[in-house]
Amino acid sequence: MPDILSQGFFVQDAAPRNWAEQFVRDVLMPMLPESMAAHFSVELGMVLVMLGCAGIFVAVVPLLPLVLVLAERKVAARFQNRTGPMRVGPWGLLQTLADGVKLLFKEDYIPPQGDKLLFLLAPYVIFTCSFAVFAAIPFGQNILVSNFNIGIFYIMAISSVIVMGVIMAGWSSNSKWSLLGSLRSAAQIVSYEIPLGLSILTVVMLVESLSMEAIVANQAGGISDWLIFRTPFTFFAFFIFFISSIAEVNRTPFDLPEAESEIVAGFHTEYSGMRFALFFIAEYANMFAVSAIAVTLFLGGWEGILPDLAVFGGGFDILGGLPGFVIKTMGLVFLMMWLRWTLPRLRVDQLMNLCWKYFIPIAFFNILGTGIWGLIFPEDTPLSTGISIAIISIGLVQAYVFVGRRLGQKSQPQPSSA
Amino acid sequence: MARAARNRRAQNTMETAQQGNGTTPPDTESKIIELKPFADEMVVNMGPQHPSTHGVLRLELKLEGEVVREAIPHIGYLHRCFEKHSENLSYPQIIPFTDRMDYVAAMNQNWGFCLAVEQLLAMDEKRKFAVPERAEYLRVLICELNRIASHLLSFGTYGMDIGAFTPFLYAFRDRERLLLLFEKVCGARLTYNYIRIGGVSELIPLEPGSVTEQNFLDEIERFLDYFEPLIDEYNELLTKNSIFGERTTGVAVMSAEMALSYGATGPNLRGSGVDWDLRRDEPYSIYDRFDFDVPVAKDVPELGAVVGDCWSRYKIRMDEMKESVRIVRQILAEGLPDGPVMANLKAVRPPKGEVYFRSEAPRGELGFYIISDGTPKPVRLKGRSPCFSALSALRELSRGLMVADIIAIIGSIDIVMGEVDR
Repeated sequence: MPDILSQGFFVQDAAPRNWAEQFVRDVLMPMLPESMAAHFSVELGMVLVMLGCAGIFVAVVPLLPLVLVLAERKVAARFQNRTGPMRVGPWGLLQTLADGVKLLFKEDYIPPQGDKLLFLLAPYVIFTCSFAVFAAIPFGQNILVSNFNIGIFYIMAISSVIVMGVIMAGWSSNSKWSLLGSLRSAAQIVSYEIPLGLSILTVVMLVESLSMEAIVANQAGGISDWLIFRTPFTFFAFFIFFISSIAEVNRTPFDLPEAESEIVAGFHTEYSGMRFALFFIAEYANMFAVSAIAVTLFLGGWEGILPDLAVFGGGFDILGGLPGFVIKTMGLVFLMMWLRWTLPRLRVDQLMNLCWKYFIPIAFFNILGTGIWGLIFPEDTPLSTGISIAIISIGLVQAYVFVGRRLGQKSQPQPSSA
Repeated sequence: MARAARNRRAQNTMETAQQGNGTTPPDTESKIIELKPFADEMVVNMGPQHPSTHGVLRLELKLEGEVVREAIPHIGYLHRCFEKHSENLSYPQIIPFTDRMDYVAAMNQNWGFCLAVEQLLAMDEKRKFAVPERAEYLRVLICELNRIASHLLSFGTYGMDIGAFTPFLYAFRDRERLLLLFEKVCGARLTYNYIRIGGVSELIPLEPGSVTEQNFLDEIERFLDYFEPLIDEYNELLTKNSIFGERTTGVAVMSAEMALSYGATGPNLRGSGVDWDLRRDEPYSIYDRFDFDVPVAKDVPELGAVVGDCWSRYKIRMDEMKESVRIVRQILAEGLPDGPVMANLKAVRPPKGEVYFRSEAPRGELGFYIISDGTPKPVRLKGRSPCFSALSALRELSRGLMVADIIAIIGSIDIVMGEVDR
């Protein structure tokens, strides 16, 4: 993985002047004493800076799940009138660390009747794929490991491999519950990838590029330029994308593969110790990844609500857009947690109905609609955005009135039974 | 599975070999064909250790993919010989054992047993006694609160079975306040042993008119004021949730005939649309003095619920909590009468005879059949468990449904394995 990462930095070509070069010339060089600067080569400095950044990236990204696990527990606790973990560290901040250490020392059990090779391999497949997705996500102006010209395509491809790991885990455990869970998961992920991909297509049609950098650049300028508001169809596409991605990462209300009350723990029932921790970490990394992708595709990516830190001048624009990006992504992550601690779980057939009977037709309709929209408004103008936002608002008001009326009808005959 | 296939293959080879040694010439061609009427059938053991079989129920599931071809309940993992034990114990000694039957509604179990023994004692013409008024009020008060606690647990765990975790913690939060009340009255949180033959326990006296009594009643009042609006909140949170509706409405419909033929009682029976509640129809104790309704399931077309489905059974419990609140409020309004809490019973020595008495526990009709030969110990004691009867319907209810529905059914008939196995 580090190999790919460092290579990725070298093919970085979005900015006319490489950010690392800029950083070395503007920040690093003036800091050096005169005598040293004369012998200091900019190229060497660039390599060092890039390696350093790659190191930071490799170190920081796996820490994300640790933060998210704690966040999830704290959020859940607040929803449930509890305080959550409070014992380890101040406000229980070190709880995940303690759990991780505990899991490290646990017995690593391998089912004797299972397929040992697949059993050992499965967690790494899932773990690697979850983290490989991060390579193509632009966290900020220059914070992108690799600027593929097929970034979003790469993400879709890599995240599809996760299902292989899930099936491997379920099959090799030699447990019927695991098998059930993994087959559920396979069916679910494969099905929901279709509306997911179709929703991404609407964005790609508007941007005319698969590159994540280009998709973000297309949304520069403010909230009205975000792709979610650009056409009414992308607005729908965003919701389909978000709900499908919840299904993709197996979270409530679509957490059937690991439905605790039905099939114990699903595909990772037989795993223990660090291997279980890998699944756990991968799940949270996935959650962050899909939220980050949703933000990049529809909510402006790192171009956004906060003024970027370039105002501080010089090399500090390396942080450009990062805080805004993280805030938006965390917003979506919080939404996922909120849903998880509020909603019950769907049944397998209902899950499939939702996907094949509703999401996929709507997603196809979105593509058609986006195409027609593109014919009517070949260029994005304030007029087209205005019309789009007007249509979206009218639609929302209509939906609100409709839902409100239905709820009103529902609540009327209820009290009689009391 | 791979291993099972290997075993099967090995077995076949063995059989073929045996055939080969015999007199008949080996017909290898036909022997290789495996006799598998259901090729895709997978037999799965759900339980006895499983998060949502509500105790130690083991279900043998015959699955075809996700579809359940048959679910066979195997019980007995919590069998503690309650009935046999009872034959060697005096009547007051049996009461703690009833605690362990339906341990989430132990007050009601105590009461059911005591009522049966009191019935038996009343057959003795020479030794007349009456349960004091104050004890009767305390019994109704505590048992209705216990009914709320039991239904709360049922509500919480059912939410968790369906996949919503949060209602579970809300339910436990509220149940905790009730348990604290029970702790005040008898010192225990789970196995109370509070209701005694001829009255209630005097160990922690709530003296008439004392500050302790007033505090206790005030605390109940505060709980009711806090809890009553919450029932509607829970209905908004879970009952009317559309995913919850999808999962439970129209699933495992138990018709009124079926419910009666399986002997389902209590909320399960009323959930099938049969208007029957012992507290109203065969009033015992002082239930005839209180004004309360008996919730009976009705079709709810907006949600798609039909009489007898999982949702109806669940909804009955939610409505019954409101009725229990009403009963408790009436007691609080009247105030507890003065007087003793125990009848003047020198010794519990019933006359020769037999009695069957049934009472309405939170899970249905709890019956005790006692045969006495005039000694302080029963000759035979039989407990009629509502959960056992309801559970027997599971096999028929679950045919052709999915794995997730099995969980929904178990939760909706609300079994407690302690009572099923006794």
